[in-house]
Amino acid sequence: MIRVAVRSAAIDVAAEYAAHDAGGHGASASFVGRVRGDDGLTELFLDHHPMLTASGLEALAGEAGARWSLAALTLIHRVGGIAPGETIVLVLASSAHRAEALAAVEFLIDRLKTDVMLWKRETFGDGRVVWVEQREGDHKRAERWG
Amino acid sequence: MLKLSYFAWVRERMGTGEESVSLPDDVHTVADLILWLAARNDAGARAFAEPMRIRAAVDGHMAVPGAVVPRSGEVALFPPVTGG
Repeated sequence: MIRVAVRSAAIDVAAEYAAHDAGGHGASASFVGRVRGDDGLTELFLDHHPMLTASGLEALAGEAGARWSLAALTLIHRVGGIAPGETIVLVLASSAHRAEALAAVEFLIDRLKTDVMLWKRETFGDGRVVWVEQREGDHKRAERWG
Repeated sequence: MLKLSYFAWVRERMGTGEESVSLPDDVHTVADLILWLAARNDAGARAFAEPMRIRAAVDGHMAVPGAVVPRSGEVALFPPVTGG
C-alpha cells in the first residue's frame, strides 16, 4: 500500500509506523528528518505548490514502487511553519527482504531533495530570515539514481 | 489570459503569489517570459535578475527555458527546490 501526504499538521512517527506496518512486513526501513535548532534557528518554513508538491511526491513514490518490490510505502512531508525538534519528513518502505526496503528509502530521500516542489526558509533568533540554497551535493546524490 | 504563480523568494520579491497576464506577441518561450517579467517593473527586475536561478513548470510539468509558453493555462516560476 502506498500512502503519500503533504500536510501542515505534526507527524506522529509512532502512529504512522503502526499504520504502515499493519501488514506485518518482513523488512522495513525508515528515514525521519527533523528540524535542527543549531545555529540559533527558531523556525523552518516550507513553501509548497498546492497541487504539484503532492503530485511530485506521488510520482516519486510510484517510481520507487516500479523499481523495487515494495509491500508498503509511506511518504509524508510537512509544509508551513515547523519548530526545531519537529519531524519534517518521514519515509517508510517495506519489502520481503532488507535490500529493497533500504534502497527505496535512500532513493526517496535523495530524489525528494531535488525533484519535489518544496522550498525552505530559515528564521533565526537574531532576526535573520534566509531562503535555503540548493546544495550541489544533493544533486550528485540524486543523480546516482539515474 | 495566462496565470502565473510564484514561490519562495520569487513570490516575496514579486509581492504576490499569482497574477493573470496577457502575453505580448513576442513572448514564446519560458526564457522569453522570464526576460519580459524582468523588464516589466521593479519587482520583476528583483525577482528575475538572474534567470539561471529560476525554474519553471508549465501546466504542472517541469519546463526547460526553451519550452513554449501557452497563451492560457498556468506557468509556475520558482527557485531550485530545497525540500527533504
